[in-house]
Amino acid sequence: MGAKINKAAAGTANYVDERTGVGALVKFLSRKLFPDHWSFMLGEVALYSFVVLLLSGVFITAYFEPSMTFVTYDGPLETMQGVEMSKAFESTLHMSFEVPGGLLMRQIHHWAALMFTAAIVIHMARVFFTGAFRKPREINWLVGFTLMILSLAAGFTGYSLPDDVLSGNGLRIIDGVVKSIPILGSYISYWLFGGEFPGEILIPRLFTAHILLVPGLILALVALHLFLVFLHKHTQYPGGGRTHKNVVGLPLFPVYTAKAGGFFFVVFGIIAILAALFTINPVWNYGPYDPSPVSAGTQPDWYILFVDGALRLMPGWLGGFPLEWEIAGYTLSWNILVPAVIVPGIFFGILALYPWIEAWATGDRGEKHVLDRPRNAPTRTGIGVALISFYMILALEGSNDIIANLFHLSLNDLTWTFRIAIFVVPPLLFWITKRIALGLQRKDRELVLHGHETGRIVRHEHGEYIEVHEPLDEQELWLRVNYDNITPFEAPEEFNENGVRRGGMRWKRFKARLSRFYFEDRVEPVTPAEYAEAQHHHASYAASDEGLAEAEENADADKALDEGFAQLKKD
Amino acid sequence: MHALANKRYHKAAPLLLVLALLALLTGLGAVATSQSAEATTVSASDIEDGQKLFASNCATCHGIDAQGQDGVAPSLVGVGAASVDFQVGTGRMPMQASGPQAPAKPVQFTQEEISQLAAYVASLGAGPAIPTAEQVDPELGNAAEGMELFRTNCAMCHGSIGGGGALTQGKFAPSLMETTPTHIYEAMLTGPQSMPVFNNANIDEEGKRDIIAYLVAQRDGSPGGLSLGAIGPVAEGFWAWIVGIGLLIGSTIWIGARSS
Amino acid sequence: MSLENHTEPTSDEKFEDPGVPHHRPRKADVDPKAADKAERQTAFMFGLSILGTIVALVGYFGMDMGDTVGSIRSFTAVLGLGIALAMLGIGIGAIHWAKTLMRDHEMVEERHELRSSDEAREGAIQDLKDGVVDSGLGGPKRRSLLKGSLITALAIAPLSLLVPQIGSMGADWNVSRFRHTMWDKGVRLARDPDGSLIKAADVTIGSAFHVIPEGLVDLEHHKIEEKAKAVVLLVRLNPEDLKIQEGREDWSFDGIVAYSKICTHVGCPVALYEQQTHHLLCPCHQSTFDVSDGAKVVFGPAKRPLPQLPIEVDDEGYIVAQSDFHEPVGPSYWDRLKGDDSSATDEEVEH
Repeated sequence: MGAKINKAAAGTANYVDERTGVGALVKFLSRKLFPDHWSFMLGEVALYSFVVLLLSGVFITAYFEPSMTFVTYDGPLETMQGVEMSKAFESTLHMSFEVPGGLLMRQIHHWAALMFTAAIVIHMARVFFTGAFRKPREINWLVGFTLMILSLAAGFTGYSLPDDVLSGNGLRIIDGVVKSIPILGSYISYWLFGGEFPGEILIPRLFTAHILLVPGLILALVALHLFLVFLHKHTQYPGGGRTHKNVVGLPLFPVYTAKAGGFFFVVFGIIAILAALFTINPVWNYGPYDPSPVSAGTQPDWYILFVDGALRLMPGWLGGFPLEWEIAGYTLSWNILVPAVIVPGIFFGILALYPWIEAWATGDRGEKHVLDRPRNAPTRTGIGVALISFYMILALEGSNDIIANLFHLSLNDLTWTFRIAIFVVPPLLFWITKRIALGLQRKDRELVLHGHETGRIVRHEHGEYIEVHEPLDEQELWLRVNYDNITPFEAPEEFNENGVRRGGMRWKRFKARLSRFYFEDRVEPVTPAEYAEAQHHHASYAASDEGLAEAEENADADKALDEGFAQLKKD
Repeated sequence: MHALANKRYHKAAPLLLVLALLALLTGLGAVATSQSAEATTVSASDIEDGQKLFASNCATCHGIDAQGQDGVAPSLVGVGAASVDFQVGTGRMPMQASGPQAPAKPVQFTQEEISQLAAYVASLGAGPAIPTAEQVDPELGNAAEGMELFRTNCAMCHGSIGGGGALTQGKFAPSLMETTPTHIYEAMLTGPQSMPVFNNANIDEEGKRDIIAYLVAQRDGSPGGLSLGAIGPVAEGFWAWIVGIGLLIGSTIWIGARSS
Repeated sequence: MSLENHTEPTSDEKFEDPGVPHHRPRKADVDPKAADKAERQTAFMFGLSILGTIVALVGYFGMDMGDTVGSIRSFTAVLGLGIALAMLGIGIGAIHWAKTLMRDHEMVEERHELRSSDEAREGAIQDLKDGVVDSGLGGPKRRSLLKGSLITALAIAPLSLLVPQIGSMGADWNVSRFRHTMWDKGVRLARDPDGSLIKAADVTIGSAFHVIPEGLVDLEHHKIEEKAKAVVLLVRLNPEDLKIQEGREDWSFDGIVAYSKICTHVGCPVALYEQQTHHLLCPCHQSTFDVSDGAKVVFGPAKRPLPQLPIEVDDEGYIVAQSDFHEPVGPSYWDRLKGDDSSATDEEVEH
């Protein structure tokens, strides 16, 4: 039996290999090494959520009708009897209430979408804080960044498809934002909706984008993203034996086939639990789209919330100064352009270009395959925390009515708080985070030089008490001393030794300033010389009092005495 | 020393706390039973008793003749029995502390006393009466018609299925999940506090009953599972991060940890 | 130059890399009993997955989904939890297997610099140069005509596709429609959504009516587009509280005022009317308008007041519009204040 199967497998493998030469690829892939760390699995969460999206999406497309033709509902849902609605909304209700498993699949799809975007964000954060975007991975960072933007596009086009009041008002906001674009705004709006908002063509257009265009692009870029991961080989955390020139880990087959393959099922399982137990996007509550109604709690899904928050945060008037201008009869709406176009543009621009910005500051040209511990890049870590806090404040402002209602606060006070916080909190957190990182680096130095506290107190012969410190083992020592000590560079003199003016001075000076910003405050790693000196000091200190042994004897005696007392008390 | 410190704080403690908090928040959206208001007949003695109750409990603010005081409390002449039944029957009146608005709280009077107060105030000037049991019977209403009326006239403040929402300066539209049909009816009729009046020329009696039918139909919960308070995408996103991403990060840590 | 690499200290001031830590054996590596136990645990998880599949299938075939909230909820929960168990069983089992039983000695693989070797680079450049010569673009005769015409053709060819694509997607491009609504002299105000008419006497103080133009519900075409522009909020204030705006003395009737419900910020329906403060709040971005004072902005991101609809009362007591809005409703756009009024009306008639 077993032999037969083996023979059949060998035959098939031979057949395929003779026609494709796939054997070499299998050989290449199967023993490919991957370092082991929990944070390396976050990108997989995104990938697997996307697979779940594709699987559940196939089910949903079998029932969804992307049409804005009006029909009258006569299905089982009591609260919709006889209500006029688009075919898109009606088919969504049909799928939810009449197709067995339809509601579950819709909920799996939507929860998976929220997890997909969330996983992309935390994966991106991991890559950012560990410096995994450095050479040679800048291009892959850009690919990942584009995937993040595409995930937002996929989410938003899907959110709008059921044609309910909630998403319809979301589209109306998009229409308003588009119209604010100078000169072309009204024409772009007309182009998008095929006429006036909402028109009769938008849902089919969004549908095609949602099921073909955007997922097609995502698939292609995911393939490129993974190809580059294989090409570059995975990064690794610092530790013994791990260098920029090797990769230490476990093989793709069988360990990661089981771990990563198994993880797909875990991700699917967790999404299925959420979908089985928690309602998501109950469109039957909102009703079919109608431009007149709106409900409290009108918000987009979480990943667009920051734009909504920015729109809420921006005042229309600043004191008596209007933020919508009329110039020669033309209207320029800063109150919309700034929060919905300019701020997200700058935010995403910084994210996309970050690897290059940091590379200008370091001036480093080598390949970096060992990750930074976040404390060892204090400025970057500070920038990351500041960016996250900026995003969070906007998302909180986007939820301000929910927060106000939940905690009985004033919506207006909350908005004012966030208006101030958006300027104060990110710089403050940058500074605090940077200080904490520097503090941790100092602690590393301290540990390397003086070892771990043991909690054991000993008394020297001449009466002095000291705590015994245990030196670090070689692995920990290596972890705490082995990081790049980057010093800021100076811009070269404006005139060279022959008195000739150098070109590109402005750019060089900018880079020097940037470098100072990054590396002026730094904690240098312990050098072997410092370490040797500290060791010598400890040794001589201990030796001068005839060794620790005696002191420890005293301690033991004390302990015995204490125990004796305790015994006495008991008796 | 180290061992002790390690034991004191269990690693899972913050997670458990968050989960407990979430469970508590979900519980807030739970369903309660509805009481039925009984239509009562009014007698002269009721009005007399009502006047006494009024003098001892309400007159401090509303004045001894219920004429109101500027900047303190409005006149109650002509507000009708429905208004009294709503304000006192939901515990909003008597007010205990001044704030952005008078919140519902435990009712201070028996149903009989409320009826007497209502009878007294109704005797001061014509106003909306307390609806009959038939007028507020959700069984007789059309929930689909109610849905259309509710989302046009009410959902912008009270949320798509009546979960409540925020207004300006700390005011809020309360959740309607536990409000009795009679009180819903009376609120529409009288427009308490920030709420506009929806008189019978705006939403007719049948329409009001349809709205009640729609709201009561929401109390069965959601077909998709727990409703997360039915407050929309913010709650969904919050859960996706806390529960979904929380569980997933937990499992990545488990995968990444070395086996013993 | 100071722009060079700063990160390479000289070798004598570096600590020595201790190398990959020694492999620490797991229980299952040294104790066959522990290994057997791990195998049993893994098999148990796979067994749970099988159970989950059975639960899902039994639920699917055995349960009646029904059409009540409760029955749909139970059906969804059973099916979903079955799927979850089927998936988690496989996943947890496989991972447990990998963690406990598969060899976990870390291995080391060398990396190679990604940059191509100098020879390969030179070869590539030479090949390209040869190709350019072979094609006739390089070499003695430069054939700039060929090059120029090809670049031009390639550059403009996409237009043949994109112009029709973009051109058609905008239908008739009549953006002047943004300026006009269904309101006109004598159009009666009707209730949203049923379209019944409103008399002035119906609107008591403190009332808020959500209003559409009469005839909207019977429109054959563009009903929803017209509604998206024409919705109005009608409220009655105590006339003493109402500050009448200059030039609009006859736009209201005895404290009854009508304002566009489309936010001047980004177009959400502004509908939260607080009858005591007379404030109108938009639930999307919380622009707040003061209805008693010309619907001017008192808070939030909007800049302009809501457009007011001039109303009067006709002979039969119904509230009617005096005219269309005097400015475009909804969010601002570049040429909001420009353009003439004639072009749009012709279009409207055609439909």
